[in-house]
Amino acid sequence: MSFLQLLWFVLIGVLFAGFFFLDGFDYGVGMATVTLSSDEAERDQMVRTIGPVWDGNEVWLITAGGAMFASFPFWYASLFSGYYLILMLVLVGLIIRGVSFEFRKRSPMPQKRIWDWALGIGSFMAPFFLGVMFISMIQGMPIDANGNFHATFFDYINWFSVVGGVALTLLTYLHGLNYIALKTAGDIRQRANNVAQFLYWVLYVGLIVFALMLIFMTDFMKVHPVATIVMLVVMVVLTIIAQVAAIKGKELTAFIASGLTLVALVGLLFIGLFPRVLISSISPRYDLLIQNASSTQYTLTVMTIATCCLLPFVLAYTIWAYWIFRKRIAMPVITEAK
Amino acid sequence: MSILSLARFQFAMTTVYHFFFVPFTIGTAFIVAIMESMYVHTKNESYKKMAKFWGNIFLLSFAVGVVTGIIQEFQFGMNWSDYSRFMGDIFGAPLALEALLSFFIESTFIGLWVFTWNKVKPGLHAFFIWMTSFGSLTSALWILTANSFMQHPVGYAIRGGRAVMVNFSALLKNPQLWFEFGHVILNAIMMGGVIFAGLTAFQLLKKRSISNEARIIYKKTMRLSLWMSLIFAIFGLVLGDMQMQYLVKEQPMKFAATEDVYTTTGNHAPWTIVGIANTKEHKVQDNIDIPYVLSILSYHKTTGAVTGMNELNAQYKKKYGKNIDYYPPVNTLFYSFRIMCAISAWIILVSFVGLIMSRKKSGYLYKHKWTLWVLALTTFLPFIGNTAGWFVTEFGRVPWTVYGLFTIQQSVSPNVSVASLLTSNIVYFVLFTALAITLIGLIVRELRKDPTQVIEPKFKKVLDPFDKEAF
Repeated sequence: MSFLQLLWFVLIGVLFAGFFFLDGFDYGVGMATVTLSSDEAERDQMVRTIGPVWDGNEVWLITAGGAMFASFPFWYASLFSGYYLILMLVLVGLIIRGVSFEFRKRSPMPQKRIWDWALGIGSFMAPFFLGVMFISMIQGMPIDANGNFHATFFDYINWFSVVGGVALTLLTYLHGLNYIALKTAGDIRQRANNVAQFLYWVLYVGLIVFALMLIFMTDFMKVHPVATIVMLVVMVVLTIIAQVAAIKGKELTAFIASGLTLVALVGLLFIGLFPRVLISSISPRYDLLIQNASSTQYTLTVMTIATCCLLPFVLAYTIWAYWIFRKRIAMPVITEAK
Repeated sequence: MSILSLARFQFAMTTVYHFFFVPFTIGTAFIVAIMESMYVHTKNESYKKMAKFWGNIFLLSFAVGVVTGIIQEFQFGMNWSDYSRFMGDIFGAPLALEALLSFFIESTFIGLWVFTWNKVKPGLHAFFIWMTSFGSLTSALWILTANSFMQHPVGYAIRGGRAVMVNFSALLKNPQLWFEFGHVILNAIMMGGVIFAGLTAFQLLKKRSISNEARIIYKKTMRLSLWMSLIFAIFGLVLGDMQMQYLVKEQPMKFAATEDVYTTTGNHAPWTIVGIANTKEHKVQDNIDIPYVLSILSYHKTTGAVTGMNELNAQYKKKYGKNIDYYPPVNTLFYSFRIMCAISAWIILVSFVGLIMSRKKSGYLYKHKWTLWVLALTTFLPFIGNTAGWFVTEFGRVPWTVYGLFTIQQSVSPNVSVASLLTSNIVYFVLFTALAITLIGLIVRELRKDPTQVIEPKFKKVLDPFDKEAF
């Protein structure tokens, strides 16, 4: 394994972590628009908190996909063709959610509710099915010598992968609630905080179940015992920090802690995979490894140079945009739908 | 149904649908940016209202364009995994760069543009839409870098059964890329002009009364849009001609198919204006030919033979293997090309005449219904023209995915089932139909609004989250 191969494995992880930290709260807010709101004005208020930034956040996923294609084409090809229907569902979620922002804004009242629901359902589908995908992936899939999946229904949908999907959905939902508490004023701010405080108790149960299943149903404890335990503990500690901060009303701390929990989860998965990128349940010989799934040294070099030149600018204007939209959002005075 | 035909159908459906919105978005963003810049320059409020009003149409198209674009990135891996393995070393890099350089700019600045009307200085606000436009223009550059490689591979080597990149700058210097990029961008901006002019014509056709100020906005939009469509359609046509001359040299099979040339012509090549290719017997029937014209089109002079498909096929069989024929779908190419050219010529004519008729002195355009109807109905033509253009480019590549290196047959995902592919085809089809209906409904709704009264929802601003309290 060369340095560049390792670097790009880490970078793919960083891109997914960035995606879950940023787009994670968009999903949470999206789900909260249908579950937490009491009227249309509140829904407008909540959607407005992510309105200017959700699109940029989603680009982290697009970049992760593109970077995976560029740096690990064999991983990309096997993963995307292997998770065909699951990824189709993710796409459906992303599509109905993506158009809902513009469509709900421009629709008259009864139709507007359809797009509120599209936003809520789409925001649920994306993290849930991505969770199912990642968790079934780390259990090992029937991958043949050519890197093709020959999986059946229960390889994709099993107890652990469903728990994984629910856990990821819950984490993004909590992350979204913390974001709403941080970014709104009025009733909704308090309500989001209250619900979050309660849901953290549910999350503890979920985390314990998740940790036990991870220990018994993957080979993470055999391959990287120390790192796995450390990352699980980090996730629990971050959850405690987030909950305590939520109770004390330290909204920014709670938000950052819930975001870092998602980052830690991605870290846990990538560390567990290392040095593989896909685990074959047929034979370890068919595992896709970092060293044989990657692009050539030349392409990785080109990509590294391009990334080093471009990423600082991306981060700079992204942070600048967040700074411009730093104010809290109150209830709308005039809504456009008449 | 085979996985190959289903995967091909899906690729055609999703890319054609996506490409309805790509040039729509690129073109309208560019023109809205010009409108807003005119406001910054002249301080005339009506330009601001104009930018806002048409900006809403642009945003609706952008929304659908973005979400249908995500499918594109995913489907290479989902439906074409063997292609992804073969080409990933080369194909992935432009895709990743597109995300890193273009999509981040586009998505971040569009957020800034939408939500900061009246909150930042007008110049800065106009800068936001220009950045969005820049993002969309460069995104076309990167994706076409990838596509151009498939049409005309450069800067690569074959190692261990896959194509690997040996020279990145060769990818960017690919002449195919700059013809394609120019062609796509110029026609996208032309399309923006045609759409705004056409939608304006629809507004002026309505019976209900229009306020004076709104009428001024419509008329200004009309002039600007027609100028855009005229200028960019002419440039587009010139570039298209250059591109064809390049095809004669570099992709003779594609060229021969678009012109129905089966047997190599004599030194004065006649041009088939209509005809039906008999793809079984490899000859053309019921054709009307015009002498000399094909030589003129190909070489800009009256002499010059064009190599026929039969001869090329024999050459390719020697070069690439005898198992398959190398004819692309000839009739599809032939008629797509003619439809594209006819639409382009029509748009130049309409824009030119429209500009003369809409001069302040004459005003003929606004006084007669038929002239407005012509413009209004022209709105839909660029969608057909763009699709026809891509048909020429992409069907002209058959049977290859990467010209001379990898066939479509080899590219498809071997392990995806017919049931899965059928499901996804149906799901996308239903989704696309629903989106199209909703989008058209919302565009009509948006157009009904008075351009002088486009308002944004207002929110009270309270408490900075970075106050002490938040920590």
